[in-house]
Amino acid sequence: MITGIPVSEGIGIGKAVIVKKENSIERYNISNTEKEIERFIEAIDKAKKEISEIKKHAEQNLGSDKAMIFDAHLLILNDPEFVKMVKEKIQQGTNAEWAVNETAKFYESLLLGLDDEYMRERANDIKDVSERLIRILNGESDSEAGLKNLAEGSIIVAEDLTPSETAQMDKTKVAGFVTQQGGRTSHTAIIARTYEIPAVVGVKGVLGKIKDGDIVIVDGYQGIVLINPDKQILEEYEKRMKEEKQKKEELKRFAVTEVKTKDGRKVKVYANIAFPDEAEIAIKNGAEGIGLFRTEFLFMNRSSPPSEDEQFAAYKAVLEKMEGKPVIIRTLDVGGDKSIPYLNIENELNPFLGCRAIRLCLGHRELFKTQLKALLRASVYGNLKIMFPMITTAYELKEAKSILQEAKEELKKQGIEFSDKIEVGIMIETPAAALVSDILADEVDFFSIGTNDLIQYTLAIDRTNEKVSYLYDPLNPAILRLIKMTVDNAHKKGKEVGVCGEIASDENIVPILIGFGVDELSVNPAKILSIKKKITETDCNIEKSKVNKYLQIN
Amino acid sequence: MVEAKVILQNPTGLHARPVSIFVTQAAKFKSDIFIVKDGKEVNAKSILNILAIGAKKGDEITLKITGEDEKEALDTLVKLLEGLNE
Repeated sequence: MITGIPVSEGIGIGKAVIVKKENSIERYNISNTEKEIERFIEAIDKAKKEISEIKKHAEQNLGSDKAMIFDAHLLILNDPEFVKMVKEKIQQGTNAEWAVNETAKFYESLLLGLDDEYMRERANDIKDVSERLIRILNGESDSEAGLKNLAEGSIIVAEDLTPSETAQMDKTKVAGFVTQQGGRTSHTAIIARTYEIPAVVGVKGVLGKIKDGDIVIVDGYQGIVLINPDKQILEEYEKRMKEEKQKKEELKRFAVTEVKTKDGRKVKVYANIAFPDEAEIAIKNGAEGIGLFRTEFLFMNRSSPPSEDEQFAAYKAVLEKMEGKPVIIRTLDVGGDKSIPYLNIENELNPFLGCRAIRLCLGHRELFKTQLKALLRASVYGNLKIMFPMITTAYELKEAKSILQEAKEELKKQGIEFSDKIEVGIMIETPAAALVSDILADEVDFFSIGTNDLIQYTLAIDRTNEKVSYLYDPLNPAILRLIKMTVDNAHKKGKEVGVCGEIASDENIVPILIGFGVDELSVNPAKILSIKKKITETDCNIEKSKVNKYLQIN
Repeated sequence: MVEAKVILQNPTGLHARPVSIFVTQAAKFKSDIFIVKDGKEVNAKSILNILAIGAKKGDEITLKITGEDEKEALDTLVKLLEGLNE
């Protein structure tokens, strides 16, 4: 039994599919260098074929812009200087794997030495290409191709999964995820929760412990991974899995109903999504709206920003899918741990305290305005609400709103239509914003409390640092007081407050939030039904009587 | 041999999309093509070498081309560099 961080609930049982990226590169002497060079050229041809295939697949599934990254890979394989250097090294009597690796390392360090975000991405491309070449030279099969043709009930085991890898996967065939790296907010974790796939991440050394084809049980409740378990344990888990399935069936009755607490107060349940496709899963599970559409994924893993038209298409798609239900779209929230090469953000000593989210957008006015225009244009297709992330001061909010106004005027001049009923809100995710929420409430239509960052900034802990993760406590009274204060200040001005952080999905914390008066909970699509059920079991009067207790206890 | 000087006008210089377009075009010619920047001379058909010279907006680069289709190559690539706009 090995353990990790449980990030997506459920029990998964299936056969392990290893997604391996580490290659062992040995150096040995070659006497027939001509033949070794031939082997290298053949590997290049094979790599080109593989990449062209992936590119085709990516174009169909992710759009031509995302597929562009593979053009860079093809250009590297066609690079005469790269090929020349590898050949020279082989001629000196070393094997092709070693020669490729040495050449890749040379170029990687050359580009990394230029200290530019874009160059760092290209250094990654070289690494990616050379790993592919070495894998081909080693005669290993293509794991990416394997991901496209998964057998029913596969447990994906990997170092970590990239967005392009998960995009290629048929997620209906995946019974579980186990990764060596990552935390609750890693890409794998988000995808797993969205598609209701059990997942355990941050399992140290797992790649050395599980082999392809091993029977693996993933316990997404406790963060346990069992490899080739004995019959008794297997039967026990199979039984649990069946019971779970039944429970899920029972929860389905909440999919169509609005929910009220025992004493009749309505609490709205919305969904957090990152891709337009997820809106369908949200609706299927009875979401009354989208509480958080993360737009940053439109901007990541590419070499230039998405155009106004491309963004418009994505926003329109979500609004149309939600058929008039409220859709809160958050403007670009990058920086921190999410880097964007083409913005040339300087390396920061404390990226989470640096130029991220609204701060970055206010510094890149045109980029920001383009997004706002795309949002405005999409607004006629549904019920759009715009939300600015990481507001710290009223000044920032006024700036953001004035750029929104500029965008509106520019569209008016062009004769382009947009809705005149777009609400504007902000995320409360810094202690500063919560403390001045009475002032901010005058300037907005709604608040949404982003608890992940609020906890990080209030308790002064980097949420990606495992050494301080024990301090990450949503029930710390400092956090609860800020939430309560924000709700009270908003309600005094007649504004609504939602919560879109992880704690809105936590059934133990939901009654507390309801007791505080939160109007809306925005959760991962997979959690909507169980949160709705929890709301119906909650009594506001009882919860309200406990409020003071929560604000005092540590 | 033919040569020409170009001052890069587009915002990202020889980065991102422009470098891909440039290398793809350069590779189509039979001639040997070099880029010189600050005395450093690199093979213009090599994306890695071009990236490594880090040519930014406002930088002056020289194209040096030798071979049977040198005139056509110079003409095409200078136009391409001057017309870059992303």
